[in-house]
Amino acid sequence: MAHTNLPEKTKLENEKEPIPEEDAKPENAERREFMIKAGSVCLGGAVAIPPIAAGIAVLMDPLRRKQGDADFTRVTLLDALTEDGTPKKFTIYADKQDAWNKFPNTAIGAIYLCRKSDGKIDAFNVVCPHLGCAVVFRESERDYYCPCHNSAFDLETGTQAPDSPSARGLDSLEVKVENEGEVWVKFQNFQPGIADKKAIV
Amino acid sequence: MNALLGWLDQRTGYKKIVNEILFENIPGGPRWRYIWGSALTFCIFVQFATGIMLWMAYSPSSQTAWESVYFIQEEMNAGWLLRGIHHYAAQLMTVLLILHLMQVVIDKAYTAPREVNYWFGLGLLFLVMALSLTGYLLPWDQKGYWATKVATNMVAITPVIGESLQKIVIGGADYGHHTLTRFFALHAGVLPGLLILLIVAHIYLFRRHGIKAKKPFRRADTPFWPEQVFRDIVAALAVMAAILALVLWFGGAHLSAPADPAERYPARPDWYFMFLFQFLKYFKGEGVLWGGIYIPAFIVGLLFLMPFIGRWKQGHRFNLIFLYTLLVGFVYLTYIAYAKDAKDEEFQFAQEQARKDAERIRVLAKAPAGIPQGGATSLLRSDPYTQGPKIFADKCASCHAYGGMDGLGRELKEPPSAPDLKGVGSREWLAGFVDPDQIATAKYFGGTHFVDRDGGNQSRMVEYVMGLRDLSPSGQEELAKVVAAVSAQAELKSQKGLDEADSDLIQEGSDLFWDGITGVDEACIDCHGWDGEESSESRTPDLTGWMSREYMIEFIKNPEHPRFYGSGNDRMPAYGEEGTLTVQQIGLVVDWLRGEWYEPVDEQMP
Repeated sequence: MAHTNLPEKTKLENEKEPIPEEDAKPENAERREFMIKAGSVCLGGAVAIPPIAAGIAVLMDPLRRKQGDADFTRVTLLDALTEDGTPKKFTIYADKQDAWNKFPNTAIGAIYLCRKSDGKIDAFNVVCPHLGCAVVFRESERDYYCPCHNSAFDLETGTQAPDSPSARGLDSLEVKVENEGEVWVKFQNFQPGIADKKAIV
Repeated sequence: MNALLGWLDQRTGYKKIVNEILFENIPGGPRWRYIWGSALTFCIFVQFATGIMLWMAYSPSSQTAWESVYFIQEEMNAGWLLRGIHHYAAQLMTVLLILHLMQVVIDKAYTAPREVNYWFGLGLLFLVMALSLTGYLLPWDQKGYWATKVATNMVAITPVIGESLQKIVIGGADYGHHTLTRFFALHAGVLPGLLILLIVAHIYLFRRHGIKAKKPFRRADTPFWPEQVFRDIVAALAVMAAILALVLWFGGAHLSAPADPAERYPARPDWYFMFLFQFLKYFKGEGVLWGGIYIPAFIVGLLFLMPFIGRWKQGHRFNLIFLYTLLVGFVYLTYIAYAKDAKDEEFQFAQEQARKDAERIRVLAKAPAGIPQGGATSLLRSDPYTQGPKIFADKCASCHAYGGMDGLGRELKEPPSAPDLKGVGSREWLAGFVDPDQIATAKYFGGTHFVDRDGGNQSRMVEYVMGLRDLSPSGQEELAKVVAAVSAQAELKSQKGLDEADSDLIQEGSDLFWDGITGVDEACIDCHGWDGEESSESRTPDLTGWMSREYMIEFIKNPEHPRFYGSGNDRMPAYGEEGTLTVQQIGLVVDWLRGEWYEPVDEQMP
C-alpha cells in the first residue's frame, strides 16, 4: 500500500477507506509528494515577497537621498575675529530639508574660527572626528578638547594629541573672505571614527 | 549540520514542536475548505510586516501625521505600494473573517468542545474591527478624521460614563495630538499584542481539539504537511494576488486632504462600517442609544451565546438563520447606504470637491516652498485656487456669477443680479462692459439698479455706454485704447506680456481718458478719478489702480467708500467693514478672481 512515505507519527487508521488510484503507485506518489513539498516551499517563499520587499524598499529609502554638495555660507565679519589666535565659536545657519519639512535658515551645526597673526583663518567643525561629540576650546590648555572620550586637538593644526582615541585630527573647513571682510565657510560634516576625512553626502 | 541541530534540539526540543505543527493529523485528508484559518494568519503576517515598516516612517501628531503619510505615499521608495498592501490587506481580512465565521457556524464547529475557541475567534473578529477603526484615523486626512469623529461620538452616548469615556479615548475634549498618540498606541501596540495572544490561544485550542473534519471522508487521513500546507499556501497566494490587484487597480490607498475641522467633508466610514452608518439613520433623537449601543450589544451577545443555543435541537438552525439574517442585513444596509449616496447630489458634489482638494494638496506639497512646519493644513487654507471659489460660492454667488456659474461649477440658485466676475479686470471683460449691446445684460449691469429695465432712469454710465453705439471707426479704436489703459491698471498676471508690449497704446489710452474720445461729449475724467486725481463725483469709482489686488480688496471691504460708489452703491455689502469676510478671505477670493495662485512649473520646459 501507499503511505509508506508518510511519517510514522501520523495515525494511519484508514485501511478501510478506498484509496485514490494515483496514490496506489508508489513511484508516482513519491514524485507527486516531492512536487508538492517543493511547490510549498517555493510558493511559500514567493508569497511573502511583496510585503517584505515593499517594506525593505521603504526602509532603504534614506540610501538614495543625498545631501547635495556643500555651499559656502556667510558666517561673520573679519573684524569680529581677534588676531591673537584665540578661536571663536559660530553657529552655521542654512536651509535644511528634513523629510517632508523644509526649515529655512536654521542652525545646522557649529564651527570654530581662528584668525592667525599672518591673517590666515582656520575653520574647524566642532564635531569630534572620534565619535561625534562636540569639542570645546580649553583656555587653560590652549587646545580643543572633547569631553566624551578625552580626545585633545592641537589649537594650530587640529592634529589629535598622541594619547587621544580619535583616529584623525579635527575636520578643517574651506574658508574664504569675500565682499571686503565677510568670512564665508564651506560647512560640511564628515564620517566619524575613521582615519580618512570623508564628507557625508 | 545534523550534530548542530541535534544540539539545538536537546536544549529546546524544537523537533517535537515542528513535528506537532507539521504532522498534525487531518482526518479525511487535505481539503480546500480548511484554508480559511491559514489565509487569515497570512493576512496578519502581511499586516505585521507592512505595519512595522510603515511605523518606521510615521509620525503621530496633528502637524505631522498627514505629512509623514504623504511623504511615505509620494516621496519614499515603493511607499505607495507598502501602504497600499497594508490598506487592502486590512479590507480583505474583514471579508475573510466573515467567511471564516460563516464556515465555522455552518460546519457546526462552534459546539462542544470548541466553544471557547469560537469565542476567541469572535474576539479576534472584534479586534480586527478595532484595528480597522483606529488605523483609519492615523493618516489624519479629511476622510479618516471625519469618519472617526462619528465613531468616537458614539462613545459619548454611552449612558453615565459616555462623556468621560470619550475624553479618555480621544485624549481631551477635542481631536488633537493626543488623539493620534492614543490611536497609534492602540493600533500598533495594544491591539496587535492582544491579537497575538488570542491567535496563539486560538491556534492552540484548534490543535488541541483537532480540525472539525467534514464528512464523509473522501480519502485517507494525512498529516498537515505537505498536502494541506500546499493548499494553504495556494490560498495565501490567492490572497496576496487579490491584495496586489486591489492596490494596482486603485493606484494604492487613498489619501485625502489634511484634516481640517473648519472644512466640511462628506463623512463616511469605510465600506465595512457603512451598514452601521445606515443603521443609525433609522434612530431619531435619543433613540441613537438603541441603534448605536443596545441593539449591537444584543447581537454581539447572541453571537457569543451561539455555542449554547446550538446544543438545543432547533438551536443550530436558529443560529444559521440568525447569521444569514445578519449577513443579509449587512449587505442590504450597505447597499442602501451606497445607493442613497449615489443619488444624493449634495454628497456627490461634496465628494468631487474633496477629490479636487486631495489633488491640489499634492501640487502644493510638492511646491519648492514645501510643507510648512505647522503642517500641511495651512497650505490649502491659504490657497486662492482652493478657497477662492468656495468663498465666492458662499458669499458672492447670491448676486454675482462666475462664467454663469457659482464659482464651484454649479448652477446659480437665482438669476444673477450683479456683474459676472469671470475675467474681471481684463481687456476683454472691460470691452464687453463698454459695449452698448452688453452693458445692460445680466453679464454686467443688467441686474443692478444702474439699469432700469422698463427704460429711462439709467445711470450716467449706462447712458454713456449706450451713447457709444454710433461711434466712428476711429472712435472705436480710441475706445479700445482707453480699455487697454484702464485694464492695465489691474496688472493681471495673464495680461502681463500684453500690457508690456502695448505700453505706447496704453499711454495713448491714458491720454484719451483725460481728453475724451472723438465724437463723444464727455471724457472719462469728467466723472472718474484717474492717474492719482480723485473722482470729481463721490458716486463714481476712482479708476486709478482699477481692479488691482489692492483696489479689489479695498472695494470688497467697503464699496460705499468715496473712492468707489459712495452713496451710489447698489446692494453690495461692505464685507470687510461688516466682518463677514476677513481680510485674508477677501485676499483669497481676489487672488482667485485675478487668476493668481501657485502653478507648478513644468519641468519639461526649457
